[in-house]
Amino acid sequence: MSSFLDRAAMRLAVIAATASLAAVAWAGETQKPGYYGYGTAPTPAQVVGWAIGVRPDGQGLPPGSGSVSKGADIYADQCAACHGTFGEGEGRYPKLAGGEGTLRAERPEPTVGSYWPFATTLFDYINRAMPFPSPHALPADDVYAITAYVLNINNIVGNDFVADLNSLPKAKMPNRDSFIWNDPRPDTSAKECMKNCADPKKIKIESTAEGKDLTPRTTGPLDEMKPK
Amino acid sequence: MLPVLRRGISILGRDSPIIDIGGRRTFLKLGAAMAGGALFGRGAAEAGTSDAFPPQDAPWSQTLGPGIVDRPYGQPSQFVKDVIRRDVPWLTASKESSVSFTPLQDQTGIITANGLFFERYHGGRASVDPQQHRLMIHGLVDRPLLLTMEDIKRFPSVSRIHFIECPANGGMEWRAAQLNSLQFTHGMVSCAEWTGVKLSALLEEVGLKKEAKWALVEGADAAHMDRSLPIEKCLDDCLVVYGQNGEALRPEQGFPLRLIVPGWQGNVNIKWLRRIQIGDQPWFTREETSKYTELMADGRSRGFTWLIYAKSVITFPCPEKPAKGPGIYEIRGFAWSGKGRITHVDVSTDGGVNWERARLQEPVLPKALTRFTHEWRWDGKPALLQSRAVDETGFVQPTIAELRAARGVNGIYNNNSIQTWQVKADGSVFDVQLS
Ligand code: HEC
Repeated sequence: MSSFLDRAAMRLAVIAATASLAAVAWAGETQKPGYYGYGTAPTPAQVVGWAIGVRPDGQGLPPGSGSVSKGADIYADQCAACHGTFGEGEGRYPKLAGGEGTLRAERPEPTVGSYWPFATTLFDYINRAMPFPSPHALPADDVYAITAYVLNINNIVGNDFVADLNSLPKAKMPNRDSFIWNDPRPDTSAKECMKNCADPKKIKIESTAEGKDLTPRTTGPLDEMKPK
Repeated sequence: MLPVLRRGISILGRDSPIIDIGGRRTFLKLGAAMAGGALFGRGAAEAGTSDAFPPQDAPWSQTLGPGIVDRPYGQPSQFVKDVIRRDVPWLTASKESSVSFTPLQDQTGIITANGLFFERYHGGRASVDPQQHRLMIHGLVDRPLLLTMEDIKRFPSVSRIHFIECPANGGMEWRAAQLNSLQFTHGMVSCAEWTGVKLSALLEEVGLKKEAKWALVEGADAAHMDRSLPIEKCLDDCLVVYGQNGEALRPEQGFPLRLIVPGWQGNVNIKWLRRIQIGDQPWFTREETSKYTELMADGRSRGFTWLIYAKSVITFPCPEKPAKGPGIYEIRGFAWSGKGRITHVDVSTDGGVNWERARLQEPVLPKALTRFTHEWRWDGKPALLQSRAVDETGFVQPTIAELRAARGVNGIYNNNSIQTWQVKADGSVFDVQLS
């Protein structure tokens, strides 16, 4: 009985193996994990050091915490020169605050407060990319503190807010529900008309780049055109 | 006699006093020829006279040129100085997070020269030592891996020709025609042959867990640039590449390793690729929330709009390459689609009233630049040139008016509208938009 079962199982296994071999032959490239055996396994410490991505549910946030008031000090020191003391932006550096209610306006101002859907993204981005000239050098506590401060100047959290891996995913961003995450395109339906597709009399030049003085030169050395 | 002698001697090498003299003489003569070229040659040539025109023999025909390995790594001709990447200095706050544009007006085939491939950095051009570069693949996988460049090059290799386009290409033209230049309205697209490993092969090697739905792909640059990608796309046609047009990736394009996500917007093609984390949800990184989302007229925004829809542009004539008097012109251009092959391109010279089918040049490859040409007999009257691409899904490139009606003007990204070039009676060409 058992030997019969064993044999049946063996036969099935052989069939399965042949089938999967055939599948390999058909697809031409599907291989089992470890087939090539190149490389090494990263150590847990190596993974922790590099895995800096943070998700809206908080996955990836490191231990640590930081308050708004501590964040204000570090921000003044490390960030204000470019982004302004209250996030108003120096020169053409990005504003980090303001712009509420402008998203439908003629000149929208998307900022952390008016546009960003998730507070976790703010921690993630400051941690990986700021301060711009020397990124990813601040300890987690400092990044938490600055994150708290930037949320605070956007009126998203109060003065006594402390950012950590529990509080950040809960911070409610005002524009959070305004995003459509499924591409609705194609949203145009142009046809392939070939003859008399428009009334020639109605074709007017609505705008021209001529005379606008926005275009750098495309011959000779690079243009040093001053910012407008 | 003398040139032959010199050629014989030059094998002796640099130390030879004789060759020094010969070398200098050669140099002087060449120098004079070149100075002539630069100082009066061009003007004279334009006026219809030159020492080089028949029946005379040109100076460079009577002088020995430099020998082999004079330039061990080749350079464009010294007379092609103007064909360079250029930027719009008023566009961004810093050159380290900015963009430069490919001179499409001078691109002669579907492949962009490596030195002219457009740049887009979020934290400057990283200078990565390939010996110290590692690719980590971890997360929801059976066998997390750390790979050296040597390891990666041992995997089965593939080569594919694909364009990369920044979705902000044409982003300055949503409200109105702004930039009078093909390079600046369309130069954030380039095309190359990429060589590397299928991402699917790497993911099979680590073994995906059942819950694997998304990948976070991340660069080793100062921005630690990162994007979330659905696992289906990773397993479909993505490549992890180290080769660009037959040589190592250029630092500008992510040396030593980058991701190619065929047909999808440029920024997901992570450069200096160092990490792939497999997860069950997207990460909603800054580059897929604050940036690379499209603000619609109603105040809502679209995210994850990765695909590049069919697009085309006429590269001759264009503002940089005007027409010169009535006669026969070959209208030339590029078309491309992130959804596959271009099936045809139509050209109009009257602002879109009547269209004629252009000729596609082989090869016509999926998700690659495709060249089109069309013969045009210009009568010297003002004209409005347009091209319209159609891809294998039947999608027809829209007008800017259609795009505005669907999205408003605040979206910045994914402007794949039909470009209109106004040709004036004097042959000059301007970027315009039609009502
Ligand atoms: C030398 C100038 C400079 C300094 C100092 C600096 N930043 Fe930035 N910051 C930039 C630039 C430039 C960008 C835009 C980068 C890009 O778009 O790729 C930016 C972008 C940002 C953004 C994203 C804005 C948006 O809406 O997408 C945030 C948030 C930010 N910085 C926070 C900080 C914080 C916090 C600090 C201090 C720890 C800091 N920055 C220091 C220059 C600077």
